[in-house]
Amino acid sequence: MGPLIPNGVIPIEWDNIIAILIGIVFGFVLEASGFSSSRKLAGVFYGYDFAVLKVFFTAAVVAVIGVYYMDYLGYLDITQLYVHPLYLWGAIIGGIIMGVGFVAGGFCPGTSLCAVAIGKIDAIVYVGGIMVGIFIFSELYPLFLPIYDGYFYGNVTLEDSLGINPYWFVFIFSIIAIAAFVVSDMVRKKVKKIFY
Amino acid sequence: MKKDLKQKSKHIYWNPYYGGFLLGILILFTFYLTGRGLGASGAMKSSVVSIIESVSPTHAEESNYYSKFITEDESPMKNWLVFETLGVLIGAFISGGLSGRIGWRIQHSPKITSKRRLVFALGGGILFGLGAQIARGCTSGAALSGMAVLSTGGFITMLAIFGSAYATAYFFRKNWI
Repeated sequence: MGPLIPNGVIPIEWDNIIAILIGIVFGFVLEASGFSSSRKLAGVFYGYDFAVLKVFFTAAVVAVIGVYYMDYLGYLDITQLYVHPLYLWGAIIGGIIMGVGFVAGGFCPGTSLCAVAIGKIDAIVYVGGIMVGIFIFSELYPLFLPIYDGYFYGNVTLEDSLGINPYWFVFIFSIIAIAAFVVSDMVRKKVKKIFY
Repeated sequence: MKKDLKQKSKHIYWNPYYGGFLLGILILFTFYLTGRGLGASGAMKSSVVSIIESVSPTHAEESNYYSKFITEDESPMKNWLVFETLGVLIGAFISGGLSGRIGWRIQHSPKITSKRRLVFALGGGILFGLGAQIARGCTSGAALSGMAVLSTGGFITMLAIFGSAYATAYFFRKNWI
């Protein structure tokens, strides 16, 4: 029964080797999908290229269906998985700041690493910027502490927060994703083509 | 625009649904093996912590934030996310190498200068780094991996990132279109 490493099915010594292998696949998939190009990534915000939306939501839908299906079949215990915690205002304010950084810099951290790997100088500067941002946060930590540590609701899922059936939610989420793909293709036909 | 074969192959990327499907399978596999999701900004935090620790150990110990990630006998770089990030660099290098996309360049719209691109890249990076600490994760760790287990925090972070990027895209349009 999964997860395999926490349950001792695979010895913990393999943890870091598995990390590198998973990272290699992660980097390969992102780069091959075009995520090493800031101009391709930024397209999602201007309607000339929706690769980010398509890759991101396809991945989320596949992963969430897979997690719940494997739990249903008994291969994976969903209660043992790490759920990203909810610090309400940290998530909102942090997300808003990240959004501005995304559209200004054209990368998010994972995609910038892919671009660094193929020699994009703008991505190297971007990663340097991220480290400066982390440094600023760390130095001003007491200032951010109220939103960083406050408004904590635990490691909650939508099932806990909204009381909805997760299976129905996954179904509706998949429908929303497909609708978003259809709409994005219609939008892209109307937007002026950008060559990059 | 050059139309020779090499120039063309540089821009041939995977079908986004194919890439997304494989990425989804990878996230599922990661949860199945390790019980956690993927991440990207975590390794950069470890790097900052270890730089500060080697430049000024006392400052790192006194800081309430750095000290969270420093243990007595282990380096902050000995961390799952750091190894995963090394893998990301290797994997992206292999993919870029196979498609002939490797080379030193600054990619920007022809309407702006390289200098302007780099200034905005630096500023964007600073904001993203700051935001990722406040939200305890970036698009990979918080939004994507969070959504895979229906984490409320993951969904809120995702909505905040994309909402604010769409809301402010108008002000940065000169850089991209």
